[in-house]
Amino acid sequence: MGKLKIAVYWAASCGGCEISVLEIHHHITQLMDAADLVFCPCLVDTKYADVEAMDDDAIDLCLFNGAIRTEENVHLAELLRRTSKTLVAFGACASAGGIPGIANASTLEALMERVYLTTPSTDNPDGVMPQPSTDMGEGVRLTLPKLLPMVKALHHVVPVDYTVPGCPPEGKQVWRVIEAVVSGDLPPPGAVLGAGDRTVCDECRLEKRDTKITAFVRPHELIPDNTTCLLEQGMVCMGPATRSGCDARCPDVNMPCRGCYGPAGDGFNEDAGLKMIGVLGGLLEPGNEDALRSLMDEIADPVGTLYRFGLPGSMLGRAAQAPGNRDDAE
Amino acid sequence: MAYEPKLLGILCHWCSYSASDAAGAARLSVPANLRTMRVMCTGRVDPTLVIQALQRGADGVLICGCHLGDCHYNSGNQRALGRFHLLSRLLADLGLEPDRVRLEWVSAGESERYAELAHHMTKRLRNLGPFQWPTLDTATTEVIRNG
Repeated sequence: MGKLKIAVYWAASCGGCEISVLEIHHHITQLMDAADLVFCPCLVDTKYADVEAMDDDAIDLCLFNGAIRTEENVHLAELLRRTSKTLVAFGACASAGGIPGIANASTLEALMERVYLTTPSTDNPDGVMPQPSTDMGEGVRLTLPKLLPMVKALHHVVPVDYTVPGCPPEGKQVWRVIEAVVSGDLPPPGAVLGAGDRTVCDECRLEKRDTKITAFVRPHELIPDNTTCLLEQGMVCMGPATRSGCDARCPDVNMPCRGCYGPAGDGFNEDAGLKMIGVLGGLLEPGNEDALRSLMDEIADPVGTLYRFGLPGSMLGRAAQAPGNRDDAE
Repeated sequence: MAYEPKLLGILCHWCSYSASDAAGAARLSVPANLRTMRVMCTGRVDPTLVIQALQRGADGVLICGCHLGDCHYNSGNQRALGRFHLLSRLLADLGLEPDRVRLEWVSAGESERYAELAHHMTKRLRNLGPFQWPTLDTATTEVIRNG
Protein backbone atom coordinates (compact mmCIF):
# COMPACT_ATOMS: atom_id res chain seq x y z
CA MET A 1 0.00 0.00 0.00
CA GLY A 2 1.29 3.44 -0.95
CA LYS A 3 1.07 6.53 1.15
CA LEU A 4 -2.33 7.72 2.27
CA LYS A 5 -3.81 10.66 0.42
CA ILE A 6 -5.14 13.39 2.68
CA ALA A 7 -7.09 16.54 1.84
CA VAL A 8 -7.84 19.46 4.14
CA TYR A 9 -10.37 21.91 2.77
CA TRP A 10 -11.79 25.14 4.17
CA ALA A 11 -15.29 26.26 3.26
CA ALA A 12 -16.77 29.15 5.29
CA SER A 13 -14.07 29.03 7.96
CA CYS A 14 -11.36 31.09 9.59
CA GLY A 15 -8.35 28.83 9.02
CA GLY A 16 -8.13 27.84 12.67
CA CYS A 17 -8.86 24.21 11.83
CA GLU A 18 -5.77 24.08 9.58
CA ILE A 19 -3.76 25.45 12.49
CA SER A 20 -5.23 22.74 14.72
CA VAL A 21 -3.81 20.11 12.36
CA LEU A 22 -0.38 21.62 13.13
CA GLU A 23 -1.23 21.34 16.84
CA ILE A 24 -0.32 17.67 16.59
CA HIS A 25 3.23 19.06 17.02
CA HIS A 26 6.06 16.55 16.38
CA HIS A 27 3.55 14.00 15.12
CA ILE A 28 3.40 16.07 11.94
CA THR A 29 6.58 14.31 10.75
CA GLN A 30 4.92 10.92 11.35
CA LEU A 31 1.87 12.15 9.45
CA MET A 32 3.99 13.26 6.51
CA ASP A 33 5.75 9.87 6.49
CA ALA A 34 2.42 8.11 6.27
CA ALA A 35 0.47 10.49 4.07
CA ASP A 36 0.61 12.98 1.22
CA LEU A 37 -1.34 16.20 1.38
CA VAL A 38 -2.98 16.10 -2.05
CA PHE A 39 -5.32 19.06 -1.65
CA CYS A 40 -5.20 21.90 0.86
CA PRO A 41 -5.64 25.45 -0.46
CA CYS A 42 -4.24 26.81 2.80
CA LEU A 43 -0.88 25.06 2.46
CA VAL A 44 -0.45 23.44 -0.94
CA ASP A 45 -0.85 24.97 -4.37
CA THR A 46 -3.40 22.62 -5.87
CA LYS A 47 -6.33 23.79 -7.96
CA TYR A 48 -9.97 22.78 -7.97
CA ALA A 49 -9.38 21.36 -11.45
CA ASP A 50 -6.84 18.92 -9.99
CA VAL A 51 -9.51 17.55 -7.65
CA GLU A 52 -12.13 17.53 -10.42
CA ALA A 53 -9.79 15.33 -12.44
CA MET A 54 -9.44 12.78 -9.61
CA ASP A 55 -11.16 9.38 -9.67
CA ASP A 56 -13.93 8.58 -7.21
CA ASP A 57 -12.54 7.71 -3.75
CA ALA A 58 -9.04 8.82 -4.77
CA ILE A 59 -8.53 10.63 -1.45
CA ASP A 60 -8.33 8.44 1.65
CA LEU A 61 -9.22 11.07 4.21
CA CYS A 62 -10.70 14.53 3.77
CA LEU A 63 -10.84 16.83 6.78
CA PHE A 64 -13.50 19.28 5.66
CA ASN A 65 -13.74 22.37 7.83
CA GLY A 66 -15.97 25.40 7.55
CA ALA A 67 -19.69 25.92 7.14
CA ILE A 68 -21.60 25.88 3.85
CA ARG A 69 -22.27 29.52 3.02
CA THR A 70 -21.79 29.84 -0.76
CA GLU A 71 -22.45 27.85 -3.92
CA GLU A 72 -18.70 27.33 -4.12
CA ASN A 73 -18.80 25.61 -0.70
CA VAL A 74 -21.56 23.29 -1.96
CA HIS A 75 -19.60 22.50 -5.12
CA LEU A 76 -16.48 21.61 -3.13
CA ALA A 77 -18.49 19.59 -0.61
CA GLU A 78 -19.98 17.51 -3.43
CA LEU A 79 -16.65 17.23 -5.19
CA LEU A 80 -14.78 16.11 -2.08
CA ARG A 81 -17.58 13.69 -1.17
CA ARG A 82 -17.16 12.05 -4.58
CA THR A 83 -13.37 11.92 -4.41
CA SER A 84 -12.97 10.97 -0.72
CA LYS A 85 -13.26 7.54 0.85
CA THR A 86 -13.70 9.04 4.30
CA LEU A 87 -15.19 12.50 4.60
CA VAL A 88 -14.89 14.07 8.04
CA ALA A 89 -16.82 17.15 9.15
CA PHE A 90 -13.87 18.75 10.93
CA GLY A 91 -14.48 21.43 13.53
CA ALA A 92 -17.57 23.21 14.78
CA CYS A 93 -18.44 24.95 11.49
CA ALA A 94 -18.53 21.82 9.35
CA SER A 95 -20.21 19.85 12.18
CA ALA A 96 -23.01 22.25 12.98
CA GLY A 97 -22.53 25.60 11.25
CA GLY A 98 -20.21 27.21 13.77
CA ILE A 99 -19.81 30.95 14.21
CA PRO A 100 -20.83 31.72 10.58
CA GLY A 101 -24.08 29.89 11.42
CA ILE A 102 -25.22 32.66 13.76
CA ALA A 103 -26.01 34.52 10.53
CA ASN A 104 -29.13 32.35 10.34
CA ALA A 105 -30.66 34.46 13.11
CA SER A 106 -30.95 37.17 10.47
CA THR A 107 -32.17 37.25 6.88
CA LEU A 108 -29.63 37.40 4.08
CA GLU A 109 -30.88 40.84 3.03
CA ALA A 110 -30.51 42.26 6.54
CA LEU A 111 -27.07 40.71 6.79
CA MET A 112 -25.83 42.22 3.52
CA GLU A 113 -27.20 45.61 4.46
CA ARG A 114 -25.51 45.51 7.86
CA VAL A 115 -22.14 44.34 6.58
CA TYR A 116 -21.86 46.53 3.48
CA LEU A 117 -23.86 49.63 4.44
CA THR A 118 -24.59 50.28 8.08
CA THR A 119 -21.82 49.11 10.43
CA PRO A 120 -20.16 52.10 12.17
CA SER A 121 -16.87 51.37 10.40
CA THR A 122 -18.37 51.11 6.91
CA ASP A 123 -17.54 53.90 4.46
CA ASN A 124 -19.62 53.15 1.39
CA PRO A 125 -21.38 56.37 0.26
CA ASP A 126 -22.26 54.93 -3.17
CA GLY A 127 -23.85 51.85 -1.62
CA VAL A 128 -21.66 49.46 -3.61
CA MET A 129 -22.72 45.86 -3.01
CA PRO A 130 -20.82 42.72 -4.06
CA GLN A 131 -22.24 41.26 -7.27
CA PRO A 132 -22.10 37.62 -8.39
CA SER A 133 -20.92 38.79 -11.79
CA THR A 134 -19.27 42.04 -12.92
CA ASP A 135 -18.41 43.07 -16.47
CA MET A 136 -15.00 44.77 -16.40
CA GLY A 137 -15.05 45.70 -20.09
CA GLU A 138 -12.71 44.38 -22.79
CA GLY A 139 -14.45 41.04 -22.55
CA VAL A 140 -13.41 40.44 -18.94
CA ARG A 141 -16.07 39.18 -16.55
CA LEU A 142 -15.31 38.70 -12.86
CA THR A 143 -17.49 36.39 -10.78
CA LEU A 144 -18.08 35.70 -7.11
CA PRO A 145 -19.87 32.61 -5.79
CA LYS A 146 -23.48 33.27 -4.79
CA LEU A 147 -24.48 33.13 -1.13
CA LEU A 148 -26.98 30.50 -0.02
CA PRO A 149 -30.06 31.86 1.76
CA MET A 150 -29.02 30.01 4.93
CA VAL A 151 -25.74 28.80 6.40
CA LYS A 152 -25.63 25.00 6.57
CA ALA A 153 -23.48 22.35 8.16
CA LEU A 154 -21.63 19.90 5.91
CA HIS A 155 -24.05 17.03 6.65
CA HIS A 156 -26.92 19.18 5.34
CA VAL A 157 -25.50 19.01 1.81
CA VAL A 158 -23.60 15.69 1.54
CA PRO A 159 -23.43 12.48 3.62
CA VAL A 160 -20.65 12.71 6.19
CA ASP A 161 -18.75 9.71 7.56
CA TYR A 162 -17.50 11.16 10.84
CA THR A 163 -17.77 14.34 12.84
CA VAL A 164 -14.92 15.92 14.79
CA PRO A 165 -16.27 18.80 16.89
CA GLY A 166 -14.39 21.74 18.40
CA CYS A 167 -13.42 25.28 17.56
CA PRO A 168 -10.83 24.30 16.73
CA PRO A 169 -10.52 20.58 17.56
CA GLU A 170 -7.92 19.96 20.26
CA GLY A 171 -4.50 18.95 18.95
CA LYS A 172 -4.31 15.68 20.86
CA GLN A 173 -7.79 14.76 19.65
CA VAL A 174 -6.79 15.54 16.05
CA TRP A 175 -3.87 13.14 16.35
CA ARG A 176 -6.17 10.49 17.80
CA VAL A 177 -8.46 10.86 14.78
CA ILE A 178 -5.58 10.62 12.32
CA GLU A 179 -4.23 7.54 14.13
CA ALA A 180 -7.65 5.91 13.97
CA VAL A 181 -7.89 6.53 10.23
CA VAL A 182 -4.32 5.39 9.52
CA SER A 183 -4.78 2.19 11.53
CA GLY A 184 -8.26 1.61 10.13
CA ASP A 185 -9.59 1.24 13.67
CA LEU A 186 -12.75 3.25 13.08
CA PRO A 187 -16.21 3.10 14.63
CA PRO A 188 -19.27 2.72 12.34
CA PRO A 189 -19.94 5.75 10.12
CA GLY A 190 -21.98 8.51 11.72
CA ALA A 191 -19.91 8.51 14.92
CA VAL A 192 -18.35 11.52 16.60
CA LEU A 193 -14.57 11.17 16.69
CA GLY A 194 -12.02 12.99 18.77
CA ALA A 195 -14.31 13.87 21.66
CA GLY A 196 -15.78 12.34 24.78
CA ASP A 197 -19.41 11.41 25.28
CA ARG A 198 -19.89 13.22 28.59
CA THR A 199 -19.95 16.93 29.35
CA VAL A 200 -17.25 19.55 29.89
CA CYS A 201 -18.24 19.64 33.60
CA ASP A 202 -17.05 16.05 33.81
CA GLU A 203 -13.50 17.22 33.04
CA CYS A 204 -13.68 20.54 34.89
CA ARG A 205 -11.81 20.99 38.18
CA LEU A 206 -14.03 23.79 39.52
CA GLU A 207 -16.41 22.83 42.32
CA LYS A 208 -20.16 23.15 42.51
CA ARG A 209 -21.45 24.24 45.91
CA ASP A 210 -25.16 24.51 45.09
CA THR A 211 -25.13 28.30 45.43
CA LYS A 212 -27.99 30.18 43.78
CA ILE A 213 -27.24 33.33 41.85
CA THR A 214 -28.76 36.81 42.02
CA ALA A 215 -27.00 38.36 39.01
CA PHE A 216 -25.43 37.28 35.74
CA VAL A 217 -22.01 38.68 34.92
CA ARG A 218 -19.98 38.70 31.74
CA PRO A 219 -16.32 37.61 31.71
CA HIS A 220 -14.96 41.17 31.70
CA GLU A 221 -16.99 42.11 34.77
CA LEU A 222 -15.60 39.61 37.27
CA ILE A 223 -12.37 37.95 38.30
CA PRO A 224 -13.57 34.48 39.34
CA ASP A 225 -12.34 32.95 42.58
CA ASN A 226 -10.55 30.07 40.78
CA THR A 227 -12.15 27.25 42.78
CA THR A 228 -15.92 27.63 42.38
CA CYS A 229 -18.07 26.64 39.38
CA LEU A 230 -18.30 29.64 37.04
CA LEU A 231 -22.07 29.23 36.72
CA GLU A 232 -22.42 29.63 40.47
CA GLN A 233 -20.42 32.86 40.19
CA GLY A 234 -22.96 34.15 37.68
CA MET A 235 -21.20 33.46 34.39
CA VAL A 236 -23.02 31.72 31.56
CA CYS A 237 -20.71 28.70 31.20
CA MET A 238 -21.94 26.23 28.56
CA GLY A 239 -20.12 23.34 30.24
CA PRO A 240 -23.16 21.35 31.40
CA ALA A 241 -24.58 21.24 27.85
CA THR A 242 -21.33 20.75 25.95
CA ARG A 243 -19.53 17.59 24.87
CA SER A 244 -16.33 16.73 26.70
CA GLY A 245 -12.99 16.12 25.01
CA CYS A 246 -11.21 19.45 25.43
CA ASP A 247 -10.02 18.83 29.03
CA ALA A 248 -12.15 21.83 30.07
CA ARG A 249 -9.42 24.18 28.95
CA CYS A 250 -11.51 27.36 29.14
CA PRO A 251 -13.03 26.96 32.62
CA ASP A 252 -9.61 25.80 33.81
CA VAL A 253 -8.34 29.34 33.18
CA ASN A 254 -11.52 30.98 34.49
CA MET A 255 -13.14 31.59 31.12
CA PRO A 256 -16.69 30.22 30.82
CA CYS A 257 -17.13 27.42 28.27
CA ARG A 258 -18.60 28.77 25.05
CA GLY A 259 -19.86 25.42 23.81
CA CYS A 260 -17.57 24.79 20.84
CA TYR A 261 -17.68 20.98 21.15
CA GLY A 262 -21.41 21.01 20.50
CA PRO A 263 -24.17 19.19 22.35
CA ALA A 264 -23.28 16.25 24.61
CA GLY A 265 -24.80 12.80 24.41
CA ASP A 266 -26.40 11.68 21.18
CA GLY A 267 -25.34 15.02 19.72
CA PHE A 268 -27.66 15.49 16.78
CA ASN A 269 -30.79 14.82 18.78
CA GLU A 270 -29.82 17.13 21.61
CA ASP A 271 -30.06 20.87 21.58
CA ALA A 272 -27.35 22.45 23.70
CA GLY A 273 -29.05 25.86 23.87
CA LEU A 274 -32.31 24.44 25.16
CA LYS A 275 -30.48 22.23 27.68
CA MET A 276 -28.60 25.31 28.82
CA ILE A 277 -31.84 27.21 29.42
CA GLY A 278 -32.79 24.30 31.67
CA VAL A 279 -29.51 24.65 33.58
CA LEU A 280 -29.82 28.43 33.95
CA GLY A 281 -33.40 28.17 35.23
CA GLY A 282 -32.19 25.94 38.05
CA LEU A 283 -29.52 28.42 39.12
CA LEU A 284 -31.67 31.40 39.97
CA GLU A 285 -32.20 32.51 43.53
CA PRO A 286 -35.98 32.15 44.04
CA GLY A 287 -37.79 35.45 44.00
CA ASN A 288 -40.90 37.12 42.71
CA GLU A 289 -41.99 37.05 39.10
CA ASP A 290 -40.40 40.38 38.13
CA ALA A 291 -37.11 39.56 39.81
CA LEU A 292 -36.84 36.25 37.94
CA ARG A 293 -37.66 37.85 34.60
CA SER A 294 -35.21 40.70 35.02
CA LEU A 295 -32.52 38.24 36.11
CA MET A 296 -33.02 36.32 32.84
CA ASP A 297 -33.00 39.63 30.94
CA GLU A 298 -29.41 40.14 32.12
CA ILE A 299 -28.25 37.41 29.74
CA ALA A 300 -27.02 39.32 26.71
CA ASP A 301 -27.84 38.01 23.24
CA PRO A 302 -29.49 34.60 23.89
CA VAL A 303 -28.88 33.33 20.33
CA GLY A 304 -25.20 34.26 20.26
CA THR A 305 -24.63 32.97 23.78
CA LEU A 306 -26.55 29.70 23.63
CA TYR A 307 -25.89 28.85 19.96
CA ARG A 308 -22.50 30.39 19.36
CA PHE A 309 -21.17 27.35 17.52
CA GLY A 310 -24.10 25.40 16.21
CA LEU A 311 -27.26 27.26 15.29
CA PRO A 312 -27.78 25.60 11.85
CA GLY A 313 -27.26 22.11 13.27
CA SER A 314 -29.46 22.57 16.35
CA MET A 315 -33.06 21.50 16.73
CA LEU A 316 -34.16 25.09 17.16
CA GLY A 317 -31.91 26.32 14.36
CA ARG A 318 -33.70 24.02 11.96
CA ALA A 319 -36.99 25.47 13.16
CA ALA A 320 -35.70 28.93 12.37
CA GLN A 321 -35.21 27.75 8.79
CA ALA A 322 -38.94 27.07 8.44
CA PRO A 323 -40.14 28.19 5.00
CA GLY A 324 -42.72 30.46 6.61
CA ASN A 325 -40.08 32.33 8.55
CA ARG A 326 -37.30 32.67 6.06
CA ASP A 327 -36.92 33.49 2.41
CA ASP A 328 -35.64 30.43 0.65
CA ALA A 329 -34.38 31.22 -2.81
CA GLU A 330 -34.11 27.56 -3.82
CA MET B 1 -61.60 20.60 6.36
CA ALA B 2 -60.83 23.78 8.28
CA TYR B 3 -57.54 24.01 10.08
CA GLU B 4 -57.70 22.90 13.70
CA PRO B 5 -54.62 23.62 15.79
CA LYS B 6 -53.07 21.00 18.03
CA LEU B 7 -52.29 22.29 21.50
CA LEU B 8 -50.18 20.42 24.02
CA GLY B 9 -50.95 21.15 27.67
CA ILE B 10 -48.16 20.32 30.10
CA LEU B 11 -49.81 20.21 33.51
CA CYS B 12 -48.31 20.12 36.96
CA HIS B 13 -49.60 17.16 38.96
CA TRP B 14 -50.32 19.09 42.15
CA CYS B 15 -52.33 22.07 40.85
CA SER B 16 -53.18 22.31 37.20
CA TYR B 17 -53.82 18.61 36.60
CA SER B 18 -56.33 18.69 39.45
CA ALA B 19 -57.88 21.78 37.89
CA SER B 20 -58.24 19.95 34.58
CA ASP B 21 -59.79 17.00 36.44
CA ALA B 22 -62.21 19.31 38.20
CA ALA B 23 -63.06 21.02 34.90
CA GLY B 24 -64.09 17.60 33.57
CA ALA B 25 -66.10 16.75 36.66
CA ALA B 26 -67.88 20.12 36.45
CA ARG B 27 -68.63 19.44 32.76
CA LEU B 28 -66.90 22.63 31.66
CA SER B 29 -66.26 22.85 27.95
CA VAL B 30 -62.59 22.36 27.05
CA PRO B 31 -61.63 22.35 23.35
CA ALA B 32 -60.66 18.99 21.88
CA ASN B 33 -57.58 20.70 20.40
CA LEU B 34 -55.93 20.36 23.77
CA ARG B 35 -53.99 17.18 24.57
CA THR B 36 -52.61 17.08 28.06
CA MET B 37 -49.46 15.65 29.54
CA ARG B 38 -48.97 15.36 33.28
CA VAL B 39 -45.63 16.17 34.88
CA MET B 40 -44.84 16.20 38.58
CA CYS B 41 -43.81 19.85 38.48
CA THR B 42 -43.36 22.61 35.91
CA GLY B 43 -39.76 22.66 37.16
CA ARG B 44 -39.38 19.38 35.27
CA VAL B 45 -40.28 20.98 31.93
CA ASP B 46 -37.03 20.99 30.00
CA PRO B 47 -37.31 23.53 27.14
CA THR B 48 -36.32 20.63 24.87
CA LEU B 49 -39.76 19.08 25.58
CA VAL B 50 -41.49 22.22 24.39
CA ILE B 51 -39.52 22.44 21.15
CA GLN B 52 -39.84 18.69 20.56
CA ALA B 53 -43.61 19.05 20.84
CA LEU B 54 -43.55 21.70 18.11
CA GLN B 55 -41.22 19.52 16.05
CA ARG B 56 -43.59 16.57 16.27
CA GLY B 57 -46.72 18.39 15.15
CA ALA B 58 -48.04 20.54 17.98
CA ASP B 59 -48.88 24.11 16.97
CA GLY B 60 -48.53 25.44 20.49
CA VAL B 61 -47.68 24.49 24.06
CA LEU B 62 -49.49 25.61 27.21
CA ILE B 63 -47.57 24.98 30.42
CA CYS B 64 -49.61 25.23 33.63
CA GLY B 65 -48.29 25.11 37.18
CA CYS B 66 -48.97 26.18 40.74
CA HIS B 67 -48.98 29.86 41.62
CA LEU B 68 -45.64 31.22 42.79
CA GLY B 69 -45.22 30.39 46.46
CA ASP B 70 -47.53 27.36 46.19
CA CYS B 71 -45.10 24.96 44.52
CA HIS B 72 -45.22 21.49 46.05
CA TYR B 73 -41.42 21.42 45.71
CA ASN B 74 -40.99 25.05 46.89
CA SER B 75 -39.29 26.55 43.85
CA GLY B 76 -40.00 24.34 40.82
CA ASN B 77 -42.37 26.84 39.24
CA GLN B 78 -39.84 29.65 39.76
CA ARG B 79 -37.33 27.66 37.75
CA ALA B 80 -39.99 27.13 35.10
CA LEU B 81 -40.64 30.87 34.95
CA GLY B 82 -36.98 31.74 34.44
CA ARG B 83 -36.60 29.10 31.73
CA PHE B 84 -39.79 30.10 29.99
CA HIS B 85 -38.79 33.76 29.96
CA LEU B 86 -35.40 33.03 28.41
CA LEU B 87 -36.95 30.61 25.91
CA SER B 88 -39.41 33.30 24.82
CA ARG B 89 -36.57 35.76 24.29
CA LEU B 90 -34.71 33.16 22.26
CA LEU B 91 -37.70 32.31 20.07
CA ALA B 92 -38.37 35.99 19.41
CA ASP B 93 -34.73 36.58 18.44
CA LEU B 94 -34.88 33.68 16.00
CA GLY B 95 -38.01 34.99 14.29
CA LEU B 96 -40.19 32.19 15.66
CA GLU B 97 -43.49 33.06 17.30
CA PRO B 98 -43.08 33.15 21.11
CA ASP B 99 -46.87 33.37 21.42
CA ARG B 100 -47.07 29.67 20.63
CA VAL B 101 -45.62 28.86 24.03
CA ARG B 102 -47.35 30.09 27.14
CA LEU B 103 -46.81 29.63 30.86
CA GLU B 104 -49.72 30.15 33.25
CA TRP B 105 -50.41 29.54 36.93
CA VAL B 106 -53.57 27.50 37.59
CA SER B 107 -54.34 26.27 41.10
CA ALA B 108 -56.36 23.13 41.82
CA GLY B 109 -59.45 25.27 42.47
CA GLU B 110 -59.28 27.26 39.24
CA SER B 111 -60.99 24.85 36.88
CA GLU B 112 -62.92 27.63 35.15
CA ARG B 113 -59.74 29.56 34.53
CA TYR B 114 -58.18 26.37 33.12
CA ALA B 115 -61.05 25.93 30.65
CA GLU B 116 -60.85 29.60 29.68
CA LEU B 117 -57.12 29.38 29.08
CA ALA B 118 -57.57 26.32 26.86
CA HIS B 119 -60.17 28.17 24.77
CA HIS B 120 -58.09 31.32 24.62
CA MET B 121 -54.89 29.55 23.60
CA THR B 122 -56.73 27.51 20.93
CA LYS B 123 -58.13 30.72 19.50
CA ARG B 124 -54.69 32.28 19.47
CA LEU B 125 -53.24 29.29 17.59
CA ARG B 126 -56.11 29.31 15.11
CA ASN B 127 -55.13 32.91 14.29
CA LEU B 128 -51.43 32.08 14.05
CA GLY B 129 -52.03 29.10 11.74
CA PRO B 130 -50.01 25.89 11.58
CA PHE B 131 -46.46 25.89 12.94
CA GLN B 132 -44.17 25.18 10.03
CA TRP B 133 -41.25 22.89 10.58
CA PRO B 134 -38.74 22.52 7.76
CA THR B 135 -38.04 19.28 5.97
CA LEU B 136 -35.25 20.69 3.80
CA ASP B 137 -32.30 19.89 6.01
CA THR B 138 -33.58 17.37 8.51
CA ALA B 139 -34.22 14.79 5.78
CA THR B 140 -30.53 14.61 4.86
CA THR B 141 -29.54 14.37 8.51
CA GLU B 142 -31.87 11.46 9.15
CA VAL B 143 -30.44 9.44 6.25
CA ILE B 144 -26.91 9.85 7.50
CA ARG B 145 -27.77 9.06 11.10
CA ASN B 146 -29.55 5.87 10.09
CA GLY B 147 -27.12 4.84 7.36
